[in-house]
Amino acid sequence: MEFYLFVLLNGLAYAALLFLLAAGLSLVYGVGRVLHLAHGGFFMLGGYMGYSLYQWAGNFWLALALAPLLALAVGLITERLVRIVYGPDRALEQVLFTFGLAFVISDLTRFFWGAQVLGVPPPPVLNRPMGLGPVVYPAYPLFLILVGTVVALGLWALMRFTRFGLEVRAAAGHPKMAEALGVPTTQVLRRTYLLGVALAALGGVLAAPRLALAPGLDFTMLILGLIVVVIGGLGSVTGALYGALLVGLADSLGRTFLPQFALAVIFLLMALVLVFRPEGLLGGRR
Amino acid sequence: MRYTRRRFLKQSLAVGVGLAMGVRGQREALRIGVVLPYSGVYAQLGQDITDGMLLYLDEVKNQAGGRPVQLVREDETADPSVALRKVTKLVEQDRVDLLTGLVSTASAYAVRDYVHNSRNVLIVSNAGGNALTRERKSPYIFRTSFTSWQVSFPLGRWMAERLTKRVAVVAADYAFGRESVAAFKESFLAAGGQVVQETYTPLGSTDFSAALTRLLQARPGAVFAFLAGSDAAIFLRQYAQFGLKDSIRLATTGFTVEEDVIRAVGQAAEGAYSSLHWAVRLALPENQRFVQAFRKRFGRTPSVYAMQGYDTARVIVEAVNALQGDLSSKDKLVEALEGVRFRGPRGLFEFDTKTHQVIQNIYVRQVQNIGNELANAVVADLGRVRDPG
Repeated sequence: MEFYLFVLLNGLAYAALLFLLAAGLSLVYGVGRVLHLAHGGFFMLGGYMGYSLYQWAGNFWLALALAPLLALAVGLITERLVRIVYGPDRALEQVLFTFGLAFVISDLTRFFWGAQVLGVPPPPVLNRPMGLGPVVYPAYPLFLILVGTVVALGLWALMRFTRFGLEVRAAAGHPKMAEALGVPTTQVLRRTYLLGVALAALGGVLAAPRLALAPGLDFTMLILGLIVVVIGGLGSVTGALYGALLVGLADSLGRTFLPQFALAVIFLLMALVLVFRPEGLLGGRR
Repeated sequence: MRYTRRRFLKQSLAVGVGLAMGVRGQREALRIGVVLPYSGVYAQLGQDITDGMLLYLDEVKNQAGGRPVQLVREDETADPSVALRKVTKLVEQDRVDLLTGLVSTASAYAVRDYVHNSRNVLIVSNAGGNALTRERKSPYIFRTSFTSWQVSFPLGRWMAERLTKRVAVVAADYAFGRESVAAFKESFLAAGGQVVQETYTPLGSTDFSAALTRLLQARPGAVFAFLAGSDAAIFLRQYAQFGLKDSIRLATTGFTVEEDVIRAVGQAAEGAYSSLHWAVRLALPENQRFVQAFRKRFGRTPSVYAMQGYDTARVIVEAVNALQGDLSSKDKLVEALEGVRFRGPRGLFEFDTKTHQVIQNIYVRQVQNIGNELANAVVADLGRVRDPG
């Protein structure tokens, strides 16, 4: 029993990281129809900035708070660039442009932080196993699950109760109509982009104590993010959440029971969704 | 200390200037083609090996057999077909006198036939696949690093005798990981050990909690692991987070807890045993001199890869010295290389004339915190190990 609980918790902790990454990817696509392929880059950038802040301040919590802000500053610059290719019928340009941006981010991190494997230890309070009734489980993944839940609830409230959320839903549902009714869609897209970038960077800092910072992390995460979004349906936070949960749990089950085929399990899941629901689980109704 | 483009340029410039000064009124430069990864996941290994070579060349004032030494570098990348193209280019366009490098075993296998058939001398400074010493060996290929068998075979018996007879295995799912496990099991089972569980994880895994959950279930007396680079860093950190560090002892091939990984994970690596042909704290005067000189020149602790680069440069320089700089005959060069024998940072270095693989001591190391610095110290010397070929 304890064994299956662990498999479940492993999957949820992984899902939390995937959700932080995929939420922005999905929202930016939903609002602006921009497939932001540099998203994995921001995840990695968040991790590396977290590493440097940790080295500088010696405090994980400070790094956790500041790294997304720094990434936001970078996002302000890249947003100005990505804006060049906004617009309908420019999908190819957008893909080429953001993919190029992904390579630039990849090379810049390599230039500043080098190619060696870097890591951040978890904060002392969380760097130990924790008692869960009769069983013992590491504290850090539990913390990840908590953060994932809080962010998911926060995003839900943001979408549901604020004017910004209303505008995002309008722009995502029917951009032309929204514009005609006075929703500043470009503005909305801009804010959504920054929100997505900050969330990805937050995911990156949170991942640093659990994963390892090394070249290639960005594209690994980008692919996982895309799978999550494809499964959940592009354009909605809820879709990203379900997608992340499915991929996280499938990955955990796959790694435990079929370690050699763990990646295949995820791709199989994606293939099944594409065959039976090509628009993704929640893609149809936004 | 981090490696940046600026430092790369500075170093290249320093070598260039040294060369320009050395060339004056002297014999033609000895051109060594160096194929190492300077990008991708193995970039740090390529850098370490290069730095080790530069350190040794500095010590001999960049001279071999009365000729100044020139390194012609090419990026091996992670793609074997690129490595082959670079090797071809170095031979046919740059007309190098001999070749060295190759971190990835796949790349080494990819260039093997070309090197063998064109009778060029290649000194492999990392790639450790067994076959290069066995069915795919070549009289023109030498190896200064290790084979997966050489590193892992001796550890099996030591573990069965000293740690436990019930072991679970976790290894990266690719040729070198499988070879390492097979070599480990060979001697471990022979010594009466029992493997209770085997888990193979995909290369480039980001999460090991599933593998660790399986370990919790199997409750072995110890774990034997082979993982490298970021896989190793993630595994070690999660191993500690699951509280396994204090309950199940960990023994690995040396690469899993080599200095680059220790730098990334810190405390989480403390106490891990591993087998390798070298350790930072190996108490030999030659090693202490090497470690100190490397720290002074590059501002960081050398890794086993840097040591291999250092010894590789030495092998080349000593062979060329023996020939007094005359490399016109490949067979004479091969003969001179076979005769190279010295005491270096890892102990006595000599080639097996049958396989051209280095014969060396294998050490059991443990990551220990001495003077507030985590590093590998030697806890047992398993003696001279010669790959059976």
